This record gives sequence, C-alpha cells and structure tokens, in this order.
Amino acid sequence: MANTVLKDQVSLTIPMDRDMELVAAKTGSVLAELNHFDEDQTEEIQLAIIETCINAFEHSQSEDRQVFIKYIVKADELECKITDHGVGFTAEDQHNSISNRQQMHTEMRKRGWGLEITMTLMDEFNIESGENGTTVSFIKRTAS
Amino acid sequence: MANKFDIQVRAEHEYAVLETAGYLNDTLGEDLSKKAQELIEKGYTQLVINLEQTALINSIGISILIEIIEALDERDGTLNFCGLSATQERTFRMMAIAKYAGIFPDEKTAIANF
Repeated sequence: MANTVLKDQVSLTIPMDRDMELVAAKTGSVLAELNHFDEDQTEEIQLAIIETCINAFEHSQSEDRQVFIKYIVKADELECKITDHGVGFTAEDQHNSISNRQQMHTEMRKRGWGLEITMTLMDEFNIESGENGTTVSFIKRTAS
Repeated sequence: MANKFDIQVRAEHEYAVLETAGYLNDTLGEDLSKKAQELIEKGYTQLVINLEQTALINSIGISILIEIIEALDERDGTLNFCGLSATQERTFRMMAIAKYAGIFPDEKTAIANF
C-alpha cells in the first residue's frame, strides 16, 4: 500500500484483497472527522467507499488488482475518486443493469446494490468508464 | 457483551437473540447465517438480530441478512432488527428489508413486537 498526503488531497492505493476496503473507508472516516462531518455523514462516506471498492474488486477484472483512491478535501465537502484499471463497462451494460433492477423491484434483491447505495447517500455521483478502467467519483457535503 | 468480530446467541423459550460485533461482511454474515439456521432448525421462528456493536455493514452482509429473512419466511417466522445506526436503517429501508422484517430501536422493543 502506498499513501501520500498533499495539502488538501490524500492518495491511497489498496490491493484487491479481503477487507482492504476497510483501509480505504477508515482513511475516508479520518478525513471526514477532520473536516467536521457528523457521525452519520462519516458513516455514509465510509459505506460509499466500501461499496465502490467492493464493486471494483468483484467486477473490474483488473489485471493489476489494485484500486486507486483520491480523497479531495475542501472547506465544506469531501470528494472521493475511486479508480480501477479493469475492463470498464458500456452504456448497454448500464442499461441492462437498470432494466434488471426494475424487474426485481417488487422483491428484495440480494446483490447489485453497491452503486445505488452510494448514489443515494452522496450529494453528487459520477461514473466514467472505458476500456482502460472505471472511475467512480462522489462528493459529500457537510451541509447535506 | 460481544467481542470484536463475534456473534453471541441467547436463546429463550419463544425467541432467540443474535448479537453481532464487528464488520458485517461475507465472513461474519455467513457465520451469522449458520447460527440463525441452527436456531431455525431447532424450531425458533422468532429471531432478533442486534446490530448495536456492528458499526459497518456492507451490501454482501445485507444480502446474507435477506437470506435469513427468507429462511424464516418459509417457516412463517419473524425477524426483528435492533440497534441500527441511522445510516444502516436508511440502507435497510432502501433495500426493502423493512417490508419483510421489523426494525426497532432496542432489543426490548424488538422482542415485545413479535
């Protein structure tokens, strides 16, 4: 694991190994607490990081088996950019995933909640994906 | 009191309480599922899962909780949760768990609502 601290940015690289998502979540938790997020918001940030990392672990098919996380700290917000160098996914993949979710809406769906949880808990959410990998970005604001 | 990464089981006459501690991921979830299945096979159909000592639950852990709800449903049983944080409760409601299981603030209330 490599970890560098800049003035308002922390970069962390974690291997895609068991429970490594907790390392990323703990780092986010410390930064959130330093930035005066409350307990609930800090937990939401941790959960968003955990779910995004697990998605990368399970679906990226990344050859380097690493996840790169940037935490960008501003006065009233924390932004996380979580990147893998995996196979990425297409707009069609996203469409099929949304269709499947809608079909299963009436029943408790067991898996495939990670991105939905993250989108719901965070104030801004974005995915950029291509053949060189995927970056999931999200922002949580102290005022939310 | 449950230790870190631990599950304590307290079986009473008509119900049983499973108290988790630590990160509820696939590992702790599968252990919890095994203990719940053992109780169900012994005839317990009213279970409480107390998550007060579990600060973080990932979606894999929640998927295992759904399997426990399904196993109880097959026996016309009931699962009540208690001790959830605000974020955990919000996540459970988003995933429709609240439709199929009870969510209560504390163990006493969870037991009283079977």
